[in-house]
Amino acid sequence: MDQVFFSHALVYLAAAVLVVPFAKRLGMGSVLGYLIAGIIIGPYLLGFVGAEGEDIMHVAEFGVVMMLFLVGLELEPSRLWRLRSSILGLGGLQVLGTSLLLAIPGVLLGLSWNVALAIGMILSMSSTAIVLQTLGEKGLMHSSAGQNSFSVLLFQDLAIIPILAVLPLLSFHGGGQEMEVPGETGLIDHLPGWAQTLAVFGAVVAVIFIGTTLVRPLLRYVAGTRLRELFTAAALLLVVGITALMYSVGLSPALGTFLGGVVLANSEYRHELESDIEPFKGLLLGLFFIAVGASVNFGLILENPFLVLSLVASIMVLKTIVLYALARLFRMGTDQGLVFAVSLSQVGEFAFVLLSFARQQRILDENLTAMLMAIVALTMALTPLMILLNEKLIIPRVGTEELAEQIEPDRIDEKNPVIIAGFGRYGNIVGRFLKANGIGTTVLEIDSDRVELLRKLGLKVYYGDATREELLKSAGAEAAQLIVIALDSPEKCLELVETVKKHYPHLHVLVRAQDRSDAYEFMDAGVLYVYRETFDSSLRMGVDALKILGRRSYQAHQAMNIFRRHDNKALKHLATLRGDRKQYINHAREKIMELEKFIEADLQDRALDHDAGWDVESLKEEFRAS
Amino acid sequence: MAKVLILFAHPRYENSLVQQHLSTVAQKVSGVTFHDLYEFYPDFDVQIKYEQDLLIGHDIIILQHPFYWYSCPPLLKQWIDLVLEHGWAYGRAGKALAGKIMMNAVSTGGSQAAYQPDGFNRFTIGQFLAPFDQTARLCNMAYYPPFVVHGTHRAATRDIENAGESYRLLLEGIVAGKFSDEAIRNVTYLNELIN
Ligand SMILES: Cc1cc2nc3c(=O)[nH]c(=O)nc-3n(C[C@H](O)[C@H](O)[C@H](O)COP(=O)(O)O)c2cc1C
Repeated sequence: MDQVFFSHALVYLAAAVLVVPFAKRLGMGSVLGYLIAGIIIGPYLLGFVGAEGEDIMHVAEFGVVMMLFLVGLELEPSRLWRLRSSILGLGGLQVLGTSLLLAIPGVLLGLSWNVALAIGMILSMSSTAIVLQTLGEKGLMHSSAGQNSFSVLLFQDLAIIPILAVLPLLSFHGGGQEMEVPGETGLIDHLPGWAQTLAVFGAVVAVIFIGTTLVRPLLRYVAGTRLRELFTAAALLLVVGITALMYSVGLSPALGTFLGGVVLANSEYRHELESDIEPFKGLLLGLFFIAVGASVNFGLILENPFLVLSLVASIMVLKTIVLYALARLFRMGTDQGLVFAVSLSQVGEFAFVLLSFARQQRILDENLTAMLMAIVALTMALTPLMILLNEKLIIPRVGTEELAEQIEPDRIDEKNPVIIAGFGRYGNIVGRFLKANGIGTTVLEIDSDRVELLRKLGLKVYYGDATREELLKSAGAEAAQLIVIALDSPEKCLELVETVKKHYPHLHVLVRAQDRSDAYEFMDAGVLYVYRETFDSSLRMGVDALKILGRRSYQAHQAMNIFRRHDNKALKHLATLRGDRKQYINHAREKIMELEKFIEADLQDRALDHDAGWDVESLKEEFRAS
Repeated sequence: MAKVLILFAHPRYENSLVQQHLSTVAQKVSGVTFHDLYEFYPDFDVQIKYEQDLLIGHDIIILQHPFYWYSCPPLLKQWIDLVLEHGWAYGRAGKALAGKIMMNAVSTGGSQAAYQPDGFNRFTIGQFLAPFDQTARLCNMAYYPPFVVHGTHRAATRDIENAGESYRLLLEGIVAGKFSDEAIRNVTYLNELIN
């Protein structure tokens, strides 16, 4: 390992560590932060990285590769099926519509139809990395905009396969290659178009086959050693292996790992793989964005600034229009439609992959490719800004009003004792219950469609991200007594818990946990009132089951009370042991055994501790003896 | 034909010997409505309107329960507290129960001898049941002497069966209106009407 490596690592890491937190603080999101960091260290500003930006790009593309592996892992068939109409309808129409609409001006500008079509397809892609990261950071993944964005991105990811297969057919230069493209020397470059297409499908089939037959036994074998780092190594090996295979046949490794992920989505190792790859992905993706920032060819842009900028603008506007039209067609509200359309309006990282592939296929010439690369990078760099503008300027004008704007500081009429953050299927029940008992509640909700609906029903619901301190303030957090936290995502809930602890320590915090592990997180964060959302309902079902089986209703209820108390105690105990995983498992097993004993004892000696007052047996004995 | 409502309260029915048998017997007597409170309200959430309607539909209300701490189990007390509302059961406008009859049917661990002024428990069952007596009075109802099964701690199967038989005959007699007010007023325990 040479010195150059370290000095580069130093530059990249320092740029990330210095710039990204700053960007985040300014509300720009991490993606824009990385891009800016890249531009700063790039050849046109500080010049720390120059010609080798391209090489770095190759390393960084590996982040995209990993991300696609994770996206693949997320693709359980059931989820795909649930989202089928939005994936096929929304996603399909988006790719089709955008490709054609972008190809037509190309033809009008004098490009041949095959080149125009290739460019149209390439530019129809959006950036999974930017969109998922940005929406995730804003807690919008569960809103309708988030869900639909996910569907569209998914369709695009899937569409890569046919696009990669179709591109060679668009090349009029079949046969041997006149000029070697450095860096990308696949084994199949010398084959004719149809054979390359065949090879693409062959490699896909190979990944699926290996994924289904070989990988799972291997993972089982590795997991058997119980060495966590070895499993991480195996996970990386898997991704690197697929990447190597794909490179050797000149295919997109992103595509390969995506497939690999899909194949493993149903395996028992899914969560392990996910959590092992995640940190690598995050870091490499950051690197990727820095590299994109650094590789923006400002020289080219400065030569014809008007041309480049007008192209960037028209591409983004056109994509936004198509997306917004589709959003309305699929019945999204104004706000959500705008968030959706603007979020997806950039061209994505796949375009880089596809562009270099198209260049290899000599569909595009060198100048055009460089120009398009710069344009793509610019659209990506502009996205976080566009989202910010949309959020701060456009939506406040045309969309559902946000609480912060709605109530000026002097007329906060909300002096409600309770704030409910998240009015979904859990929060709404709590809210209705409190309302029925004459308690005033202030509701904060991030899904603007839901906000509008609830407002129509006459409820006081305010739109906004509850984790923002200003919003809490205008919702009257200072005067309130307690906050009910029932946001969709556990991460957001945790974030809100922290915010409340920091700024409003006087508030009682009641938080909904989706399962045991969430509950642990909240308990670790010092929350006293944690509710597992399915716990009570399951117990009540258990009570009814006992009753149907002939148990007395009062006894069944007592059994439930005992069980609940016991389980909560066990939960608290296990929460303190969670650090050591193996120990946790032991204890979990112990608890189950303890529970078994508990239940057995219950059956043998029906006079439970609790009911010892009713134990007449001892009394009778004394009586008989006298 | 009098309509009889038995309000039954036993938190540990599974372990019960005497009361379980009495209940089985009572449920077979026609003209008797058997209402198992612990089965209905395991969480003590007594439905007032439902209970009041039930009372209105009957003439004689029997509170059947084991003797716990010289009184009734807690749910029955809860029932009394909630259902016998002011303005409905008592008070100037509270005449809903006027003319009805109330009584207790209890089992005790202690023997009859223990429930004497000079016995272990110092007071008679009748004295211990004074709150029920007065409750009935306040609600414009007549109060009958109790049906009592004593000495359950030592009861043999035969004793329990005999008690059950007496209870059956008593209930049937009450439904048929067999016992005169006169006869009833002259006994300490209704058990004496049988035999
Ligand atoms: C909590 C409790 C309190 C009791 N208090 C008394 C009491 O005060 N006087 C008495 O004679 N028996 C008392 N007993 C005995 C019960 O009255 C006796 O067990 C019951 O009537 C038997 O009926 P069973 O077999 O249906 O449960 C008590 C029993 C329990 C469990």
